[in-house]
This record gives sequence, structure tokens and C-alpha cells, in this order.
Amino acid sequence: MSEVTVRVQAVRRNHLRRKLLLFSALAGLLILVAFFSSSLCPYDPYAQNLAIAKAAPSAEHWLGTDRYGRDMFSRVIAGSSTSIFSTLLLVGFITVFGSLIGIFCAWAGKRIDTFIMRLADMFLAFPGLVFALAVAAVLGGGVHNAIFALAAISWPKYARLARSQVLAQQELPYMQAAKMAGCTSWQLISRHVVPNIAGPLLVTAMLDIGTMMMELAGLSFLGLGAKPPIPEWGSMMSDTRNLLATQPWVTLAPGFAIFLSVMIFNLLGDTVRDWLDPKNRR
Amino acid sequence: MNEIIRYDHVDVSYNGKRVVHDISFCVQPGEILGIAGESGSGKSTLLRAALGLLGKDGLVTRGDIWYQGKSLPDLAPQELRRRCGADIGMIFQAAGRSFCAIRTVQAQLWEMMQAHGMTDRQLFMAQVEEMFAKFGFREPRRILASYPFELSGGMQQRVGVAAAMLLRPKVLLADEPTSALDVTVQRQVIDEMLLARELFGTAILLVTHNIGVIRAMADKMLVLRAGEAVEYGKAAEILTRPQAGDTRKLLAAVPQLRR
Amino acid sequence: MDYALKRFLQLIPILLGITFLSFLLMYMAGSDAVTELYTNRGIEVAQEVIDARREELGLNLPFFEQYMRWLWALLHGDMGVSYVTGEAVFGAFLHKLPATLLLTLLAVLLTVVISLPCGIVAAVRHDKAVDLLLRFVSFIGNAMPNFFVAMLLMQFLGIQLGVLPVISSGMDVKSAVMPTLTLAIAMSAKYLRQVRSSVLEELGKEYVQGAMARGVSDRVILWKNVMKASLLTIMTLLALSIGSLLGGTAIIESIFMWDGVGKMAVDAINMRDYPVIQMYVMWMAIIYVFVNLVTDLLYHQLDPRIRMGVSRR
Repeated sequence: MSEVTVRVQAVRRNHLRRKLLLFSALAGLLILVAFFSSSLCPYDPYAQNLAIAKAAPSAEHWLGTDRYGRDMFSRVIAGSSTSIFSTLLLVGFITVFGSLIGIFCAWAGKRIDTFIMRLADMFLAFPGLVFALAVAAVLGGGVHNAIFALAAISWPKYARLARSQVLAQQELPYMQAAKMAGCTSWQLISRHVVPNIAGPLLVTAMLDIGTMMMELAGLSFLGLGAKPPIPEWGSMMSDTRNLLATQPWVTLAPGFAIFLSVMIFNLLGDTVRDWLDPKNRR
Repeated sequence: MNEIIRYDHVDVSYNGKRVVHDISFCVQPGEILGIAGESGSGKSTLLRAALGLLGKDGLVTRGDIWYQGKSLPDLAPQELRRRCGADIGMIFQAAGRSFCAIRTVQAQLWEMMQAHGMTDRQLFMAQVEEMFAKFGFREPRRILASYPFELSGGMQQRVGVAAAMLLRPKVLLADEPTSALDVTVQRQVIDEMLLARELFGTAILLVTHNIGVIRAMADKMLVLRAGEAVEYGKAAEILTRPQAGDTRKLLAAVPQLRR
Repeated sequence: MDYALKRFLQLIPILLGITFLSFLLMYMAGSDAVTELYTNRGIEVAQEVIDARREELGLNLPFFEQYMRWLWALLHGDMGVSYVTGEAVFGAFLHKLPATLLLTLLAVLLTVVISLPCGIVAAVRHDKAVDLLLRFVSFIGNAMPNFFVAMLLMQFLGIQLGVLPVISSGMDVKSAVMPTLTLAIAMSAKYLRQVRSSVLEELGKEYVQGAMARGVSDRVILWKNVMKASLLTIMTLLALSIGSLLGGTAIIESIFMWDGVGKMAVDAINMRDYPVIQMYVMWMAIIYVFVNLVTDLLYHQLDPRIRMGVSRR
């Protein structure tokens, strides 16, 4: 037979490595901006100049000025420091703290385990931001208290994840072998458990950065996070709310900054998840 | 040529990656072809290609699968789907999982018969019970009322075969039909498939890594390695005088069924 | 029914936990009812009067005893009085709850109307143009905090187009549109993804291939099998996302001046009116727990594997 049917197949390529590089670079850039924000601001973000208050965007003031005549572009840049670092601090803290609790639970024996997990259930019974709202309210606002409030509601998720991962690892034959070979609990945890459960925890943490950033901004928006005049995106939006009708750029600029940052971190998180997914390793 | 199904220089690719290359064979009515090979050698891909079950990434990139003068990969999807079940039936490794877990066996068999134009529920029940009786099931009603997961593994396979035979397909594709079972139950399922051939003259394409099953059933056999044919011919000859090294390895690796 | 009873009993420790945490919160706030009551009303009173009042309210008792007394009062519908208005907080809460429930319900309905069909379409047309578009849109939606969405809607619908009132003027239809839309947009973006991935997961299961091999049409496979199976997951996910919705109502209600419990709570936070905050937190959690209980019971009824005590998979 000389004639054999040939069908053309469309091939999808997966540019995971390139995506990972791109989004890491963007996230890195964001962090760099936050780190050097004070020297990147064209104007002093706190300097008031009522003569140019509520100015429209121009060559000098790219995003215009707020009602005290402060340069909005500088304030948005300066805000990145508070917003991004407090988010990273929060996510880092709950990841480490939650995971430690989870590992501890898995190792500590049934009674302590049950007790802490029931406690975690109680925290999880509160919907979304509601409990954080109350904690922040009781503590009386401020960036640190907002971080604490969100940490208080977020640790159970990590504790549960770490615990279930550790329990799954404990079932595996290699753990039994390591135990019989005379490894101490500490050796087992540091050499075998932690490296094996780090992946899923890292992915969860990466995917949480965006959410946490929005929730922190939400608390600040309600006056429970950073307090004016400290530039912080959430509180800046709430602060300039009544300018929405007349100078919308002032109110919306910090919102776009949140949006952009959250999107970059979400893109990075999604890519890291795909990258660590064994299905995509070829 | 009076063959019922013929693979003609078939290549299958997943997202640009070729997993099956240049496979040709044909099967006569009532004949059983055993397709052997290690896992990952493309055996089951070969079966799925016939029914268009390669998923969105898979495609028969070259060659044809001829059935009744039509090339199956070139049929319109709906046209091909009409032939699924009616002309070509299939039995899976875990037949239980080839049924939706939250619906009863009866509902899903009725759905299958409806898809092929049946409208009379009484007639359906009669046909199912007749078929189940032929295969020696004792409690057809109980089986029908069950959810798939309520049946034992062996029973799931047996029901899978009987269900596949409901529309009396001319070809039965069997994808590792006995691999998940223990040896005594394997025998029952093998007997059931042999009975299907005896009753309805069905040709069977049997994919398995278990040479014992091929020995017990197949007339012809095809040995695959990494998606390519290594050996193809009469089962009895290949099993007694394997030519290719890969076939010998397969024969040596797998224990025989009766021992 | 046995199962329902069991789930109900399991609820008791959770409910106790909720009350305990709510009480603890208040306790940690440090200020107590008597001082707040007098200072907020601007009344100067002698220390003896305060002490006597504290004694009367049991505020000198040990922590645990205070909690028991508080819990006892709670069971009798007494949740304390507002520091600001001096009224019983429970009555005020009940009075404002319908507005919040209405808003939540509307947002949930709109979310389901948007995300369910879109999520299904995206899953069925996996990696096709429609899917990519919907994924892009939901990705954008996921990166926007709800107060930003609120501001954008106010700017475009309220100010530029002028079709809707920026600030709610009661509980009429027009006022409800923007807060509902805001909540639904944020929730849909998340929920669409969840619907898509659960349908996709179900579509990848072996029974789909099985049904195809039996010649069943795509339409029947999708609507009678896949949807029935993934609806259970979708329902559970919906109940869970009601959590973030309930939390979100606080910000959204106060932005749009929607007179519900969320706005009440935010106002209370600004005035440090702790009894109101406490009750808000507690009742939101209780509502959430019951929403999840109902879902769980429904799930139990609908999934034969669980109903018959077979573990999933």
C-alpha cells in the first residue's frame, strides 16, 4: 500500500520554564520596588502642598495629587513597601508557624493532636474575614495587629495541610526503614519529612500571597490596618473615597497597584504549582 | 478479505509525541487477537484509537482503522459514537469504574440502549435478563439495582462483559479485562468472553500483559514494544517458538495461568 | 436520620468553641462593660458606683465563671447591651440581619447564574478559545479586592453612566444592584474556577470513557452523569465560599451604606462597641456552620457511596 492517510495534529507547547522565569522576574521586580521605594519616589510621599491639591495627572505628577496635594505616584510607590512586605511577612509566618504546629500534631500522639485539631476546627468555623475583623478591632488596628489578626485565622489551614502530609509520609515504607535504622525523631523530621512536605506547603503559600494581600488591604480599608498618613494601598483607597466622583484616579490608582501585585503573585503561584506538579515533568 | 476490523499502518500521537508506530493487523469474525507487551507499550492506546477515546490530545496521526469499509478515525464524531457499543463494544480493566459511581447499573445500561434507539423499557428489561441468564448470572435484578461499587471486582468484570454484549457488537475490545483479578476469578471472566464468542461470533481484541490469558484465549497474537510491532502471527506458533527477543522476555517474565 | 443526629451532636463542641472564642475576644479587649457604658455616654460616676455595678454584673469573677454566666445569658437570648446606644444588641442584630441575608442570597444566586454555566462551558471546551477567555476573565476577577471592584462599579455605573445610585437609599432594587454585583463578581471569579476544575476532574474519570465506549452521547454523559457527580462537589464548594461572602459583606455594606449587620459591625468597630462586634462574629460563624451542615446533609443524601457507608474511591 503506497497511500497511507496522514492527519495533522495541532501541538500545544508548554512554556513552563519560560513562564516561571518571567513571573519570578516580575515578582522580583515588585519586591525590589518595594525595597527601594523610598529612593524611587519622585516626591516625598508625606509632603503636603495644598496649593496643588487634587491636581489631575500631569507630567510632574503622573497620578495627580490627593486632597493634601501629596503626589499620588510617590504614595503608591511608597505604599508598595507596607503592602508587599507585610503580606510576605504574614504568609511566611503562617506557613512556618502553621506547618510546625501540623508537624508537631502528627508527632505528638493522639490526645494533643485531637485537641489542637479541634481548636483549628473552631477557627475554621468562622467565615472569611469575620474573625480577623474582630481580632483587629479588639487589638485596635495598626499593621502589626492586622498581620496578627490574619495569622490567627490562617494558621489552621497550614497546620492541617502539614499534618496530613506528615501522616501520609509516616505511612510510607522508607520512614519505617529509617526508623528501624535508628534515626531519631529529629533526624526523621528534618531530613525526611520536611523536604518531602515542603512542596505542597510552598505551593499553598505562594497561592495565598495574593489572597492575603487583598485581605490585609481590606482590613486597612476598614481602618484596621496601616493608619494614615502611612501610605498603604488599602487605607489610601478608603482615605480618598470621597474623591471618586471628582478625581477618580486618586482613588483607583492604589486599587490598580493592589490588582497588579496580586495578579503577579497569583501568576507566579500558579506557575510554581504547575512546575512542581509531577504530571508536567517530562 | 472477509476480516471484520483491520488496522492499517496506524500511528497514534499524544500532543505531538508518537506512542504507537506503524501497526497493522486484521481480525476475522469470531477470531481472538491477543495484544501483548509491557505496560506503556501502547497496547491500550491501540484499542482506544478505534473508538475515538484518545482524549483531546490524542490522534491517529497516520494510517487507518477499517471497519465495514469505513475508516474509523475519519468518521464524524457522532457517526463514530453511534458505532461505539453497537458495532464495537469495549470492556475495561476496571469495568466497575467504567460506570458512573453514583448511578445504578440499570440506569446506565438503559442509557446505553436508549442511545442506540431503544424506547421500550419492558423490552430492555427482558433483553438484559436474557443476556444475564445466558452468562449464568443468578440474580439479574439485584445486579441491576446495584451501584457499581457494590459489586465485587470479579462480578464487575463479568457484568462489564455481559453489558458490552447487550447490543451484540461484532468486535469486542478488551483492555486488560482480567489483570485486576485473582487467578480463580480470572478464569471465570475468560470463560465468559469465550462464551460470548461462541454465542455471538464476536471477534475479540484482547490487550493484556499476561501471556497466560493469551495462551488461554487467543488465536493470533501481536507483541508490542515501545509502540512498535515486534512479532505478529498465530498465537500457538509464537508461544512455542518466539522469534523476537522481546517476546521471549515476555514469555519468561509471566507465569502461566495453570500451574 | 441517624447521620443527621450524629452531625448535630458533633456540632455542639464547634458551637461551644465559637462562643468561647467570641467571649475570649471580648475578654481580651480589656475594657469592660461598666466603664465603657459610662464613658461612652459621657457620664461621670464615682468609683464606688462603678465597683458596685461591676460586682452586680459579675465582672470580678474568674474568667471561666464569667464565661459560664455569659453563656447562660446567651442561651436566654440576652447578648448584652450596646455601649453606644444602651439597647439590647440582639434585637438590633435581628432587625438588621434580613438585609444582609437578602444581599447574600442575591449575590449567591447571581454567582451561581454566572459561574455554573461558564464553568461548565470552560470545562467542556477545555483549552479552546472560550475556556481561555473565561479563565482570563476569572483570573482578572480573582486579583481584584472587592472594595476595588466596588469603587470601579461606583465610578462606571454610578458616576459615569449615572444609571445607579452610588449610595443605597434603603432596600430597593436599584440600591441592591451594585452591592450584589460587587459581591458576585469577586465570588464568581473564584467559583468559576472551582466549577471548571471539578467538572474537568469528573470528565477525566474513567466512566466518561466507559459511557463513550457504550455509545452514549456527549450531551447525556455531561448532563446525566458528569453534572450529577460533580454537583456534589460544586455544592460543597458553594457552601464554603459563602464564608468569604459573609465576611465580604462587612466591607461592601459599609461602602454602599447597605443597612445590614456587616455595616453595623464596621460602625461598631469604629466606636469600639464590643458587644455588637462580638455578636456579629458569633452569629456569622453560627450561620456559616449551619450552611455547611445543611450542605453536608444534602451531600450525604445524594451520594450513594457515602449513604451506604462506602468510603469514596
